[in-house]
Amino acid sequence: MSIAWYLAVSAIVFSLGAVGVMTRRNPLVVLLCLELMLNGGNLALIAFSRMWGNGDGQILALVVMTVAACEVCIGLGMIVAIYRRRLPIDVDELRELQG
Amino acid sequence: MSAVLFFIAAAGVITGAVGVVVLRNPFYCVLALVVHLVSLAVLFLLLLAEFVAAVQVVVYAGAVMVLYVFVVAYVGDAGDSIGERLRKSASPSQPPSIGSGLRLGGTILGGALLVELLIALLGTGLEATSGYGAGYAPGPQAYGTPAYIGKLLLTRFLLAFELASFLLLIAAVGGVVLARRRGGIGEADEHATYAPLDLARAPGTGTTAEGVGAGFGGQVP
Repeated sequence: MSIAWYLAVSAIVFSLGAVGVMTRRNPLVVLLCLELMLNGGNLALIAFSRMWGNGDGQILALVVMTVAACEVCIGLGMIVAIYRRRLPIDVDELRELQG
Repeated sequence: MSAVLFFIAAAGVITGAVGVVVLRNPFYCVLALVVHLVSLAVLFLLLLAEFVAAVQVVVYAGAVMVLYVFVVAYVGDAGDSIGERLRKSASPSQPPSIGSGLRLGGTILGGALLVELLIALLGTGLEATSGYGAGYAPGPQAYGTPAYIGKLLLTRFLLAFELASFLLLIAAVGGVVLARRRGGIGEADEHATYAPLDLARAPGTGTTAEGVGAGFGGQVP
């Protein structure tokens, strides 16, 4: 398959992730949809890397995976802290920084 | 053969993504994301990125998703139910149409983003995007193998590699600090507040309970 097909799939995945970030209320699912957006970017990076035939895009994809792992770590820690304080786990209710 | 595999994997990728966005139970969302990640690893393999595909399966679908599953099991549906209860008790007369309107708006914005991305990616006029990629010669140090990626990481991209490792360290420390058990913070609103003079007076005196003669816990008549 030509590179353009992979780029189309990555665009679809990125848009689906964006829709999820905008519409879902549970911060856990918002984090999952952020992962979807990062994966769409990763697929585009690797497709372009294949197009050029050098490994720079793959290295950047690995760095993106590292950043995603850090984001998951911090985000899940925040969700656990929110749950411990018995605050509503809902991005619409969590409007104030001062819980 | 590779075209058939591409369409199967792409269907898995998109189905998993739709499942993450649409499903209501967060646990099912995590499982849909696992399907998405494994199918994405197949796409990476089709793009000759062997090492990245292996990392995707081992690190993402293995470790990160286990973390998600544990947090979903810890928090559970309590998030949704607590939010629903608060919303109902706070404003029982609020019509639910605001949320669905926002949802519709978000979907329309996402569709606009998709159209824009497709125009940007496919309408570039770059002839290489309609090709099949650069030439590839199989071998022990060919494009995408662990040896190739490792050599790049330790020579050209050494700074990025070290920065990523420091970022992971900082995130691990931050996660522990954020999720640790703080002493008494959950019961902060249950503690009574005392003024200095409260300690000097006898219990029950100077209160409304004494004024109406109801007593204070049975200690003062």
